[in-house]
Formats: sequence, structure tokens, C-alpha cells
Amino acid sequence: MASCGLGYELVASTVASYVLGDTVTQFSTVIGAYLSAMGLGSYLSKYIDRGLARRFVETELAVALVGGLSAVVLMATFGQAERWFRPMLYGIVLITGCLVGLEIPLALRLLKESVGFKDLVAEVLTFDYLGSLAASILFPMFALPHLGLVRASLLFGIANALIGLWSTWIFAEQIGRVGLLRARGVFVLLVLLAAFAYGERLTTLSEEAMYPHPVVLARTTPYQRIVLTRTPPGGFELFLNGHLQFASSDEYRYHEALVHPAFGLNPQAKSILVLGGGDGLAVREILKHPAVKRVLLVDIDPEMTRLARENPEIVALNHGSLNSPLVEVRNEDAFAFIRQSREMFDIAIVDFPDPHNFAIGKLYSTHFFKALKARLDPELGAASVQTTSPLNARHSFWCINQTLEAAGFSVRPMHALVPSFGEWGYSLASSVARPEPTEVPPGLRYLDLATLHALFAFGPDLARVPVETNRLNNQVLVRYYQEELAAWP
Amino acid sequence: MAVRSPRSGLSRREAVSLISLAALSPQCSRTAAGRRITGSLVGPSMARGHAMRDGRLPPFPATLKEERVDCVIVGGGIAGLSAAWALDRAGVSDFIVLELEAESGGTSTSQTSPMKAPWGAHYVPVPDEANEPLLAILEEAGAVKARANGRTEFAEDVLCRDPQERIFVHDRWYEGVYPLAGSTEEDRSQFDRFHGEMRTMATRRDTRGRVSFAIPRRRSSTDPELQALDQLSMKAWMERAGYTSPRLFWWVEYGCRDDFGADLNHTSAWAGLHYFVSRFRPQDDSSAEFLTWPEGNGRLVDVMARRAAGRVRNRSMVTEIHPGKQDVLVKGFDAHDQPFAIRARTAICALPRPFVARVVRAEEATLKHAAEFTYGSWMVANLLLSKRPADRGFPLAWDNVIYGSPSLGYVVSTHQTGVDQGATTFTYYRAFVGDTDPRETRSEMLRRTWDQWADEILHDLRRAHPDIEDCVERIDVMRWGHAMVRPRPGFMWSDALAEASKPIGRLHFAHTDLSGLALFEEAQDWGIRAAEAGMRDLGHVFRPWWKPSERA
Repeated sequence: MASCGLGYELVASTVASYVLGDTVTQFSTVIGAYLSAMGLGSYLSKYIDRGLARRFVETELAVALVGGLSAVVLMATFGQAERWFRPMLYGIVLITGCLVGLEIPLALRLLKESVGFKDLVAEVLTFDYLGSLAASILFPMFALPHLGLVRASLLFGIANALIGLWSTWIFAEQIGRVGLLRARGVFVLLVLLAAFAYGERLTTLSEEAMYPHPVVLARTTPYQRIVLTRTPPGGFELFLNGHLQFASSDEYRYHEALVHPAFGLNPQAKSILVLGGGDGLAVREILKHPAVKRVLLVDIDPEMTRLARENPEIVALNHGSLNSPLVEVRNEDAFAFIRQSREMFDIAIVDFPDPHNFAIGKLYSTHFFKALKARLDPELGAASVQTTSPLNARHSFWCINQTLEAAGFSVRPMHALVPSFGEWGYSLASSVARPEPTEVPPGLRYLDLATLHALFAFGPDLARVPVETNRLNNQVLVRYYQEELAAWP
Repeated sequence: MAVRSPRSGLSRREAVSLISLAALSPQCSRTAAGRRITGSLVGPSMARGHAMRDGRLPPFPATLKEERVDCVIVGGGIAGLSAAWALDRAGVSDFIVLELEAESGGTSTSQTSPMKAPWGAHYVPVPDEANEPLLAILEEAGAVKARANGRTEFAEDVLCRDPQERIFVHDRWYEGVYPLAGSTEEDRSQFDRFHGEMRTMATRRDTRGRVSFAIPRRRSSTDPELQALDQLSMKAWMERAGYTSPRLFWWVEYGCRDDFGADLNHTSAWAGLHYFVSRFRPQDDSSAEFLTWPEGNGRLVDVMARRAAGRVRNRSMVTEIHPGKQDVLVKGFDAHDQPFAIRARTAICALPRPFVARVVRAEEATLKHAAEFTYGSWMVANLLLSKRPADRGFPLAWDNVIYGSPSLGYVVSTHQTGVDQGATTFTYYRAFVGDTDPRETRSEMLRRTWDQWADEILHDLRRAHPDIEDCVERIDVMRWGHAMVRPRPGFMWSDALAEASKPIGRLHFAHTDLSGLALFEEAQDWGIRAAEAGMRDLGHVFRPWWKPSERA
């Protein structure tokens, strides 16, 4: 009983420090709130006069349910409504504290009939305190490392429910009609056991709260968390680490604008390098150009490219592009690849995630772009780079353009409206200065000659802003992006 | 290299057999929570050095054939290698470098397997344009991209990549080394005041136009007012200046521990201020950037060793140096433990002071002050990790510091390669500071088992990375007994230091010990000056040595 009480405290403190950081503050405020709630519970116990044994069992079951599910609920709250996390945290702490506070006085009063007062106080409190010791050791040494937070809290709940059920036998006489109460106990126990068995799914469920649509596939790889969600009617969206990569409804706009202008600069391009783009959608567009003889796709995550080759829905969308005999997939770090490769290409399509962190930021540095330029045909070479939103992340957008220029490219910025992303930007970079491209393959859904031309028109709200160049030793881009992301509507 | 505590009465054969054990490195291992971590103890071959110290070497044969060369360099650390590098660039090719260890480079050596990583010195601050020699070797190392109009542009992959530094404080990593998190208004205002004071000092020039604190230190101002700072410890200076913030003291001491292996009490205020002011760049209002490589300064060792190729004799123990007016006789035992003698027209002794006193056979005052030189000990461990440990807050940086830890934290060897996932090596540094008897620290270091070191390191890292043991595959522990000379108060402008660099006949001295500051730039400066003095002995007419040599 007591061990479970302390267990919930530890669970709540741990979730809070995972989510909010600053362990010392989280542990002390949670423990403080919990202990004061226990005081409140003890005080309230004097208002319970009748049906002591029944109330005791009910309290026990309520603790089992609230405490046991606390980790799941807290994680889900954080996923869905972050600002409600603190109210939810302290709400749960106060409720469990209050209920646990009720238990001890109730137990003392229940047992006072059968045991002398001196021994009663001694025994109840002894077990209470020793139980706390057990929990405090069990939690960090066994429960947390082996079960994880969600299951650890469920385990404490199950123990509470078992005590509640067991009490229905011990206090059967005092309770009287025990059937319904016992059934409730069994129900609580089953709920917790089921949750325990599906602990893994619950993690997904609480994650699902983070996504607007149902999760149909989730994979954790050493590099990222890949999540596929179903969108009505019959579409889907792909997220990497919680960031939308594409929505099947409008990805064609994104990928047509990413790929075809580069071919407009170099229509006879044979050898194409794709960096990132493990979903195979850019390759689908590339293969629409009959001159292409070889595509080398370098994506760090083998799981991502495997999904793009095997998952029926993604394959249907990318037309099995990665299974084409012209395509070679290499699962390699693009940074390491570009520094080591000696192969030459006519066009490079660079489709990395936005520069959320330093590990990605380096892929938009002068160092990286210079190495990229060295891999491209010195006359006709062209590269198209996704460069985040020129509207919402204007400094980041212009920083990438300027960095490409600093690396020796001649650069034409582009933008297109991709509804699920917003106003999106690209850089069309070429080894030497070239006129604006004026041809696109026939039969595209978004690009024709008019929309191609429109890609290059920038209104005042997207106009260039003064920025620094992104170098490995300053990584200003990550700092721009983080600031702009915080203000992203 | 394998190291055992020296047993008494070690024979030459035994001494040699100990050295050959080096390649075999005894493997240690431990198993915790079902995971095995292996590793070994490594360290310079103290056995031979100690055999010499304790007079347990066999006598030389009565007659020994003398080899003749233009120049012999004793000691293949940075100072000795720099001398060889300068000679080679200036067109003097008839020289020999004698080095005790199997690998040259002194405390700048590095490991190549299982991954490249430093065993000691791992960076140099971006030099100012006046430091031509350093710019020249950096150019040879491929670190310079372009030089024009008195400005040097460094290669982007050699400049330390952002994120550079982070600190673990209050259960979370934050950017930078100063622990801002949890600091008070007063802490921050004292930090700003200190910063302002360094800026003021960095802009000041003396009547002869010299800066207060320069790298190399030879170019610093000699104003008596500045020299007087040497009489104070850094701690006393800070207290006198009215600083009280514990965080500021911690931060300043971190710098002293990191560069000098000494705490604030054992650091001369002149040296402490040298650390902060000499690398301050007023035009940027911040410290100079760093140049670094996966193997640390091992990269520069390679550049110099390549130039000296074929003329470096490793595992050569010099036991006697006889300086003369016309030449210098050097005697010792070679890699096969055979006695040798080399008569050189000029010689450079690039050994640490304790060894100089033991091997140089002369009566000069230069040798009288060996006891004035004190040394701090370091432990450097290379941890091979199969994956990156979990952590919270600011992401893994190049330099990762744990606030309040006895260690200096760790440097990530793969940082400059740009590989941000998968296997890596953490180079973990601990300087033993604040000891009153460094000799006791050294013998304690030798007594400790691999298990004890592994425990200490993992315990320290666990605070910041609870899952560190799931990531570590291997821990190799290097013990540096005489890692660096301590810039203790009263030493930096002492007669002992001034005397120590005076040549004896045709024997010239080079070592960071002579600066009292164990920095690459100081070692290089001494090495080059000794090489220039040697060339004068040889009558060799040399152009400024940093211009491209005439030899291809």
C-alpha cells in the first residue's frame, strides 16, 4: 500500500522531470504536493462514519486506477495539450495523495477492533514506512529500467488493485454484500492488466494524441521516429520525429517544384544524386526524364528506404521508384558521403529535413555545399535544395541561399505553395550562372510553363533579408531556424 | 604501452622485455548488468626512465664507435619535432631525433585504433597573424585555406564545429562552459566585469608596443608591473580584485586546470591572466576560435614526423649528453638495447627538466634549478562507445564539461568528422590538481588498477548520462606522470626559468618547461629558436625558415 503510494509520487516526479526538466524542482514540488494532499485525505477521513471497510476497498481501487494510469495520462496530456500538463500533473498528484491519505486512518480504524491500539499503530506505521523503502529501491533499480515509466506505474496500480481485492475477503464480514464490490475490483484489475499487456501500444496511443490523424505505422530507428497516419479520404501523411514530411494530398506540388526546374537547366542530365528523400517521391519525378541513366540516393536510414520500397501505400505513391533498376540506394551519412565520394553527377536533388538541430544544420553549411559543388559537372551541373519556408522562416531561407552562393553556386531562389506545409522555398543552384529554366516535362499536375515562371517571382513579404552565412563553426542557420520555429503560426 | 611499477634491480633485458610487452597491452575487462567493457592501462614507458633515475643501467663499453652528424635532437615531443621540422625546412638534412617512446609526439600523441583520438593535447587556438611559424605548420597540415592581405582563412573542417561547448549543470546540458543556469544577478555581473577586464588588458600595449600577454610568451611585455603579478596566485589576484562569485572562481579555475593542470592556488596570476588575455580577440569581443582534428594535435605531430621521416629513432634512451665548445657527444641505448654514441656538431636537448638534470654532464648553473620545476599529473582515457548516450538539453558538443566534477569532462573525437550518430570516442580528461606532493600523486596513479579507473570514470559520467554503461565498449587509460610543468606563483619570472634556457657550449635547450606554460605554441617556439641557434653553430645560411624550403 505504502510502497504504491510512494511509487506514484516517483512516477509523477519522473514524468515531470522528463518533460519539464530541472529534476530537483520537480521532485520537491511533487513530493510536497503529495504529502500535503495526504494530510488533506487524513483530515477528510473523519467524515467517513459508516461502511468503513467498503470505503477502504473503494479508496484502494480508486488509487489503483488513478495512480496506475497516471503515467499514460500524463504522457498523453503532454502530447496533446502541453499547457495542460502542469494542471494535470498536480491534479493527479493531489487526487492520489488525498486517497492514500484516507487509507491509513481507515485501515487503523478498521483494525482497531482486532488489535490493541499500541500494537496497531506500531504495526501499521512500520509496514507503511518499510513499504516506502521497498518502493524507493524497486522503482529506480528495477521498475524504471526494465518496465519503463508507463508499465512501472501500471504495476503499482495492479498491486493496489490486488490489495483492494484481497481486502474484500479479509473484511468480508464488515462489508456485508461483497459481490458488486468484488466485481468492481476485478474490473479495475483487468483494465490495468490489459493496459500493462498493451503498454507498447499505449505509448503509441499517447503519441497519437500528437498527430491530427490515426497512426497506422510507427517505427523507431536509430536515426528517427517514423510515423505514418491515415488522412481522410484514403490519403496519408508521413512524419519524421513529429515533423510532417509529406501529405499524399499535395506532395506532388512539393516534389515537382523540387525536381523539374533543375532539369530545365540541364535537360540531358544522365546521372542524378539524391541526398535525403528516402521516401522515393523525388526519385519518382526524376524518372519522368527519359535521359536519366542513373540515380544514386543517399539516405541515412535503411528503415525509411525499406518502407519506401515495400510499404504498399508508399510504393503506390512513389510508383515503386526505389525499385527501379536505374536507382541505387545507399544508406549512408550524407555528410560523410559527400566528403568521400569521387563520383560526378549532372544534377543533385537535396531534400534534407529542416535545420532543427546542429546535426542537420551542418548539411546546409558552406563546407557541405562546396563538397557538393565539387561532385557536379562544372559546366552544366545543377542542384535543387529544399530551403524551408521563405514566409515563416525568412532568415533561414535566405541564409541557405546565401550559403550556397558563398560556396560558389549561382543561385535562383524559388517558392511554391504546398498547402500542408505552407509557402515553401527551394534554391536552384548551378555551377555557373544560367538563364531561368523555361521547360518542364508534359503531364505534370502542378508545373506548367506559367507556374514554372511563377516559382521565381518573390513578392515583398518574401524578399531577401540580410543574414550571415552558415558555416560549420558558427551554425547560424540552426539558431535562425529555432527562433523562427518558435514564432511559426 | 604496458606499464608496470618498476621493480627494483630491473636488468636491461627485463627493461627491454617490458617495452616489448607494450604492443601486447594487457587486456582488462569487467562485466556489469550483463555487459562487458574491456580496456587497458597505457602510459609512457616509465620502466626505462626509472631504471636510469635509480642508477640501474649497465655501464658503457670502454670503446664505442661514434656516429657523426650535423645535429642531434634529444627528445621527440613537440619541441624536438619542431626543431627537426625547422631544420628540414631550412635545408639542413643531416640530423637525428632520438625519442624514448615508440611513438613521437610527447603529450600530443594520439591513437589510431579503434578510432582516431588524442591522448593529450587536442587543439590550438587560432593564432594571430604574427605567429608565422604556427601558421606555416597549419598550412602544411591543410588547415589554411587562403592567406591574403595579412588575413588567414582557415579550412572550415578544421575550425571547431558548432556546437563547441556545453556544460552539465542542474540535471541538464546548457551551451557554453560558464554555468549560466542557476546563476544569480551578482554572478553574471561579476562575469561581465571579468570579461571587460580581460578585454581592457587585451587591448593594452606597453611603451615598446608589446601586448601584456602574448603567445608565445616571449613576445609579452616585460613591464615590472606585469611581472609583479607572478608573486600572486590567481586566487589571490581574483580576491584582491574583489571577485566573490563561486561560479566565476569555478570557471576561471576550470581554465587553469584545463591548460595548466593546476588549481587557482597553484597558478601564478601572471599565468592565469595569460590564459584569458592572450587568446582574447578584442575585435570579436571573445576568445579565439579553436583549430582541432579527430586525433587532436596528433595531426600536427604527423606533419612534423613526416618531414623528419627516416631520421627519427624511436625507443632510443639517451643517458648522457656531453656538451662541448666544438661538438656535443650523446650516448645511450637503442631500440635493441645496444649502446650507441653520436658526436654532433650541434645538439638540441628537448627533454623535460627532470631528465635534463640527469643526462646533461656539465657544471653549468643552467642545471642547478631542476627542483624548481614542478609537474602536474594527468589521466586521459579514451572511451570507445558503440552509440551516443542519452542526455537532456543542449546536444552533444565538441567539449562537454560536467559542473562540479573533478574531471575536465570529455571531448568527442568524431565531432570534426561531422558524423553525429553511431560509434564514437570520448576522450576523458582529468588533471590532478591541488596536490602538495606530486610524487605521491604519481605513485598513487601507478598503483591504481584499471578497474578503479573505470569505476571512477563511469561514476563521473553517469551523472550526465545514466545509460553510459550501455554505450561504452572499451576504456583505455593513459597515465601521464609528468604531464605538464606547473606555472606556480613566483616561477614565471624566476631566475630558475631564465637560467634554464641558456645554452651550454653547442647544446641548446627547447621545451615548454622553459616557458612554464605547456602549450603547443611554446614548444614550437623553443624548438625553432634552438634550431636557428644550431644552424648558426653549423654556419648554415638560412632564409627565414618559414618561407617554403628550397628542397622539394
